[in-house]
This record gives sequence, C-alpha cells and structure tokens, in this order.
Amino acid sequence: MPTISVSQSKSEYDVAIVGSGAGGGQMAYTLTLAGLKCVMLEAGRSYDPVTETPMFQTADQAPLGGVSTPDKDMGFWDSTIDGGWDVPGEPYTQASTNKDQEFTWWRARMMGGRTNHWGRISLRNGPYDFKGRSRDGLGFDWPITYDEIKPYYDKVEMLIGVYGTNEGMENTPDSPPGVLQPPPKGRVGDLMTQKAGKKVCVPVVPIHRAVLTRPLDANTIPAKLHPGNKKAQKIVGDSMRARAACFWATPCGRGCSIAANYQSTTVHLPPALKTGNLDIIPNAHAREVLIGKNGKANGVLFIDKTTGKEERVKAKAVVLAASSGESVRILLNSKNDQFPDGVANSSGLVGKYIMDTVGSSLKGQIPALENLTPHNDDGAGGSHFYSPWWLYKEQLAGKLDFARGYHIEIGGTRRMPGGNSPVPGDYTRGLYGTKLKKEARRYYGSFISLACRGEMLPNDNSFAELDPTVKDKWGIPVLRWHWKWTDHELNMAMHAERTFGSIIEAMGGNVLGTPAKTGLDIIRAGGNVKHEVGGARMGEDSKDSVCNSMNQTWDVKNLFLTDAAPFVTNADKNPTLSIMAFSWRCADHIIEQARQGNL
Amino acid sequence: METHESLPRLSRRQVLKWFAAAAAASQASPFMAFSQDSLPAAVGYGSDPKVNDIYKRGDFWPLTLSPEQRKTVTALADVILPADDLGPAASQLRVPDFIDEWVSAPYPKQQRDRETVLAGLTWINEESNRQFKKDFADLTIKQQQSLCDVLSKQDHIDSKIRQAASFFRTFTSLSMGAYYSTPEGWKAIGYTGNVPSATFAGPPQEVLDKLGLEQTVKS
Ligand SMILES: Cc1cc2nc3c(=O)[nH]c(=O)nc-3n(C[C@H](O)[C@H](O)[C@H](O)COP(=O)(O)OP(=O)(O)OC[C@H]3O[C@@H](n4cnc5c(N)ncnc54)[C@H](O)[C@@H]3O)c2cc1C
Ligand code: SF4
Repeated sequence: MPTISVSQSKSEYDVAIVGSGAGGGQMAYTLTLAGLKCVMLEAGRSYDPVTETPMFQTADQAPLGGVSTPDKDMGFWDSTIDGGWDVPGEPYTQASTNKDQEFTWWRARMMGGRTNHWGRISLRNGPYDFKGRSRDGLGFDWPITYDEIKPYYDKVEMLIGVYGTNEGMENTPDSPPGVLQPPPKGRVGDLMTQKAGKKVCVPVVPIHRAVLTRPLDANTIPAKLHPGNKKAQKIVGDSMRARAACFWATPCGRGCSIAANYQSTTVHLPPALKTGNLDIIPNAHAREVLIGKNGKANGVLFIDKTTGKEERVKAKAVVLAASSGESVRILLNSKNDQFPDGVANSSGLVGKYIMDTVGSSLKGQIPALENLTPHNDDGAGGSHFYSPWWLYKEQLAGKLDFARGYHIEIGGTRRMPGGNSPVPGDYTRGLYGTKLKKEARRYYGSFISLACRGEMLPNDNSFAELDPTVKDKWGIPVLRWHWKWTDHELNMAMHAERTFGSIIEAMGGNVLGTPAKTGLDIIRAGGNVKHEVGGARMGEDSKDSVCNSMNQTWDVKNLFLTDAAPFVTNADKNPTLSIMAFSWRCADHIIEQARQGNL
Repeated sequence: METHESLPRLSRRQVLKWFAAAAAASQASPFMAFSQDSLPAAVGYGSDPKVNDIYKRGDFWPLTLSPEQRKTVTALADVILPADDLGPAASQLRVPDFIDEWVSAPYPKQQRDRETVLAGLTWINEESNRQFKKDFADLTIKQQQSLCDVLSKQDHIDSKIRQAASFFRTFTSLSMGAYYSTPEGWKAIGYTGNVPSATFAGPPQEVLDKLGLEQTVKS
C-alpha cells in the first residue's frame, strides 16, 4: 500500500482522518473521490493483503499447527498484526476486580484495522433499532430513522458486495432488488439447523456477508454510486474489476488476497489512493485533536512511531475513526482551556453508554452426522445461514423477561483440522490405536455450535474514562473501563441457552457441557464479541449527546466521529455495515460543507 | 489558523526510554520464557511474524527434547496412531517433531504441557523398566499396549498413575492435533477442502438423502 512519511506530508489538508478501518476507510473513499485532499493517520504499519495473506497454508506448515498463542490471539494466520487483547506498551485498565465487571478490548494496530479479519457478517439495523425507546420505553432513540439511512446501506452494499436473501422479516430489512449477491448453498450444519428450527419455530435463513459470490457488476454499479462523477466511476469500476469472486476455500479471517471479501485495504483504500487525493501516514498514533483559538479543529497531534517524536498535521476538518474506544480516548485526552474535560465533551457524555454484543454459545454433538461421507464443506470461509430475531411480537406483548432481540450464528462442522485435536477429548477418551483413528473419523464433523449475538441496552454503569495514573509508553493516559450487565442481557443469554438446547435436541443431538444456572455462567465478558459501540452518542440536543445525526460534534463544528462511537444503541445486528453507512452519509455532509466553503 | 502551543509533549527522557524499549522489542517478542526445565530462554514469534511462509518445526525456537525422550515420544505416538488402513503411523507424519516443537515453545500453555509431557515420558520409561526391564521404545507392541491400557483407564486411585493418565490424554490430544494437520491426516479423518473451485455445490445429494435434508438455496 503506497504510504508517505511525516516529512512528505503537505502543509495543510482539507480533512485529516484518524484510523483506516471500516469508518476511516469509507470516509477516505467518499471524500477523495469527490476531490477533497485528505491525510490519513494510521497507528499501525502498512499492510497489503494481496501479498501478505496466507491463503492455503496448512497446520503442518505453521508453528504449533497455527494454534492461538499470546503473540497471535486468534491463531498464527489470523490477519491481526500487532494487535489483539494486549498491545504491548499500550495498556488499558479495569475499574473493578470483579470478573463479572471485566471489559476486554480487542484492538487492531494495522492498516485496515479489524476489517482485515472481521467475520464479514453485514446486517442492516431495522426501523425498530433506531427508535427503541419509542417502542418499549428503554434505552434511547437515535435522531434518525431507518428510511433516512437506508440509501447509504444500499450504497455500501453495492460497493462492498454482500451476499444474502430478502426474506421480508420483521425489522430485518430487505435490500432493493439486484443489490444483494446470490447466497451460497447451505452446508450440512445450516440445513440441519434450519430443519430442526422449523420444529421449534425458529426461522433459519441465509445470512448476509460481505463476500462476492460472483464478480461485481463494474459496468453499472459505479454510476449508481457516483452519479455525474465520471472520474470516480472510472476509478471505482477499475477497482471492482480487480476483485475476484470467492473461490470457496480458505478462512476469511486470514484476509483475502483476491479481494473477494470486504477489507478496507482491498475495497476502500485502493480507489481512494488512485484519486491522488489521499496521503496515508502509517505508524502515526494520534494523541489529540488540535483546536484553534476560534474553537475549530485545525489538525491532529500524533506520535510518529518510527522516531518516537510528536508531529502534527493541519487540516480544515478532522474525522476520528480510530475505533469507538480509541476515539473516545483521543477526545478525552484533547484538553485545553476551552475544553477542560476533553474536546466535544460539554455534555459530559464522552465515554458514556458503551455497549457490546451479548455473546454466548452452546455446542451439540449430532449422532446423525457421524461417519458422514466426506465432502468439502469450506464454502465462503464463514457463515452461510443464521436466525434473525424472531420474537418481536412476543417481546412487545411482555411475554419475555428481556427487552431486545438476538440472532443466532451457526458454527460447524467439517472445518479444516489440525493444530488442536479435531475431536473433543471426551469423545476419544480411553482410546488409542486404530480404534482411536476410527472414532476420530466417526465424530469429526458431527458437532454444531450455536451462538447468541444479542442487543445490550445502554446503562449508566458501562462506560470508559481516563485512568488517573496509568499511561501508555508515550505517556498518553489510557482508558479505564467500567462494565455491568443488567438482567436484560443475562436473561437473554439464558433464553438463548434454552433455545439452543431445544434446537440441538430437535436434531436428535446431545448438548455438550453443564447447563448454566444464571446468565453470568455463560455470557462472554464485556467487549469479548468485539462489537464495542457508543461513548459519543448522537442525539437531537447538544446537552444530551456528543454529536448530531450527521456524526458532527455539537461543540466543534468541523470535528466528526465515524466509527461506532456515535451509536446510540447496539442492535443485535453486527455494527460494521452501519458504521460504513453512517460514515458515507457523514462524508457527503462534509463534501457539501466544503462546497459551501464552510470547512 | 493558530494552534494552542500549551500542549503536553513527550520529554526527551521519555523518548529515549521508548527507543530503548522499541529496540529491544524489535529483537525479541515480549514473550520471554524463563524455563524451569532447562529450556533455553527462547522467544515467541512476536505479534508480526511473516505468516505466509511455510515453516518447519524448529524454525522459530530450538527443539529441546533429548534423543532418549524423542525415542519414547516416537514409540508412544506410533502406538496411539499406528499405520493402518486409515493412514501411515504418527512418526511418518512427523508427529514427534510437532510434539518437540510444542513442548519447546516459550508460551505459558505449552510450558505447562511441557511439565506434563516430560514427567509422563519419565514415568512411562520407569514403569516399562520396572515391568519389563526395558525402555518403552524397546518393548514389543503388545507390551507397549499393555502400558497404554493402564493409562487409558479413567478411574485410577493411585495419584501417580492418575497423573500419568492425564499425561496420556494430553499426549494423545497433541498427537492428534499433529497427525490431522497433514494431507494424510486429512484423508484419514475425511477432510477434503482447502482447494479452490469455481462453484460451491453444497453437500452431495447422497449426504442430503441420508440426513433427510433438502438444499433450500436453489441456484
Ligand atoms: C474477530 C472479529 C470478528 C468480527 N466480525 C464482525 C462481523 O462479522 N460483522 C461485523 O459487523 N463486525 C465484526 N467485527 C467488528 C468489526 O471489526 C468492527 O466493528 C469494525 O472493524 C470497526 O471499524 P472501525 O473503523 O471503527 O475500527 P477498526 O476497524 O478497529 O479500525 C480502527 C483503526 O484505527 C487505528 N487506530 C487506533 N488508534 C489510533 C490512534 N490513536 N491513531 C491512529 N490510528 C489509530 C487502528 O490501528 C485501526 O486500524 C469483528 C471484529 C473482530 C475482532
Ligand atoms: S472464502 Fe472466499 S472470500 Fe473468504 S478468503 Fe477464501 S476466497 Fe476470499
């Protein structure tokens, strides 16, 4: 990826963008194609999926068979570089020593951020998701409706390419005709779950994922995305032509060298760079937003990690997209006379109302799947089917003891073995010799896991603030996390556990593990699903929110937040598609402001 | 546009300190191992290894098992995963190299497994000498199996044998992880993927029929 060093940067840019993941990538794409001059600061090193992705490497070719280690938390080939649960020299702290109040923070430090290895699950928020409080009196409403953001979901889906189907289900929006790519065929585990789901009234349908099941239509899509902008159409068309369709092998978490799935580094940044309007400075760790005497942002102060020195870039507008937690940290660390509590924090809400996704899972062993005829189950390197939340009516009628929904992700079955034993020890205990090999073959592929991904309501006890004493290796104060689940989340996890049990039993399977007594037994720690959102919510009123519905901070008119920090709630729908939709919309707003000379 | 110049800066001392740390880090991952069991201080592969290379066991840290220990590992792995209709013996698929790499690795989990494995290897040779006056590797297959029969039982009362049985489980699991990492292992277990293809057909009709399933995604 072409990058520049600090000394090559221009004296001033239209816009400085912090972070190169989903939010920053989308911002750079939209702004540069419209002709704005941008600089992007990225804390991590440059990264090129085309040359660096381990596509077909196998477990006998990697240290320890590729299993996870503290150096690579998700395994050797996971495309997370210099990141993970711990980033050396960059700690974060916990407000409580109570395990139930722990927050775990997965951070990326590389070009493209977490979009290099994310699960590619791309779900739209539905109409209820923006107006939850109006519907059931809990949480908060967004200052925007589904219909207002819908055109941007359409555009993002057309640009990145998303497979799936339109099922017409409640609060699970359809895409316009022709936007989605064809879904992949169901795997054995998907079809088993779908059939069992029918028996227990849980719908199972194709999921939406940002993977190309056929090449993008580079001849017609660019004109829909950039009407009237011939140069943009040409660049985007060429970029689409450079992406191949999925070849049905290799796990997407390693990244994709043929660009068949969405990564910022293969979809957003290449066309943005092609415009000639984008300078990317890697190894540039943003520390503060710089504010002029006029109260407007005029640049970013950052650490050049290659020299350890402080540097600045100047810009007429600043966009933070360093991931929600990190953007909160930058705001809180940007203190000056005008903003003693941190920039854009006159409401006192920066860092407040942070949410993750409710995560729990249950595994079953399915006798019918034993000794199945071997067949290639790799598919599109991730999920094919899922269950959208299906009990909206029951919930509204007060029949459930939790307020919001969850969807079910299906994990299974005949994954590439190696590294760890392919069969849980319980199933081969006491065996060795040919008997062991036979039993391993019998049980391999007979396990299905069902995972809950549910909405957490915002609460007063889940937030981040600056730690009063702890600093990172550059002396920058770090975040201290507060976390607490409420009964809504814990009861949801229990409901999911019962549902999963009934699905597994309906398949004639056996549930693994001991049944949970309370939600706390099974819910994953805060942050563990890596969908942390909020901390600078948007709203109708500057006293009650950090930014407006355009992701523009109330206090500093030319400062924008386009990661998940402005999220008001965290629907069960995974956040990234929404991050991109809001980022594109915000970029259009910035372009309009620039045209009017307001930057 | 003017800027507030009153911003906090890195002190020179901080910069120098950071430099020293960065220089050290570029040579070694933060994961330094200090061994209990005479393991040479090794370092992990760090948070940015070149992941799209093809590696051999021992490329990242030295293998540390003695020739004696490797002899025992080889013999035991071959009893656990012998040559048969389903594929070659463990040693032909370099399972002992994998186990050596594993117990020589500088990470906490592997270090714990090292203690279990080394103690287990000692136990099995002592037991073999007590019963048969020979090392485990030199026993007949029947004799080796008789020892494994003891270890694969679940309900030992004697705490020493219980420990050895737990070693046997760990060792079996590691051997399986290694064995099924290989193309031969894939064949043995029935994995047929990791090959690119223009289309994805889903499960074959025969499988769907057996399970009473219908492919609901039509092309
Ligand atoms: C394993 C995994 C699976 C996931 N699966 C899904 C999924 O299926 N669907 C879904 O919707 N979401 C998924 N997510 C979440 C998804 O990755 C994030 O929602 C998304 O990447 C967030 O985009 P972002 O731009 O806000 O942040 P990121 O993608 O994290 O990018 C932020 C960038 O900012 C940089 N940065 C950080 N601090 C600074 C600083 N101070 N200065 C300069 N740069 C900085 C980082 O290096 C990084 O490159 C998954 C996440 C993980 C880890
Ligand atoms: S499964 Fe398809 S999209 Fe995913 S990495 Fe492999 S080729 Fe790329």
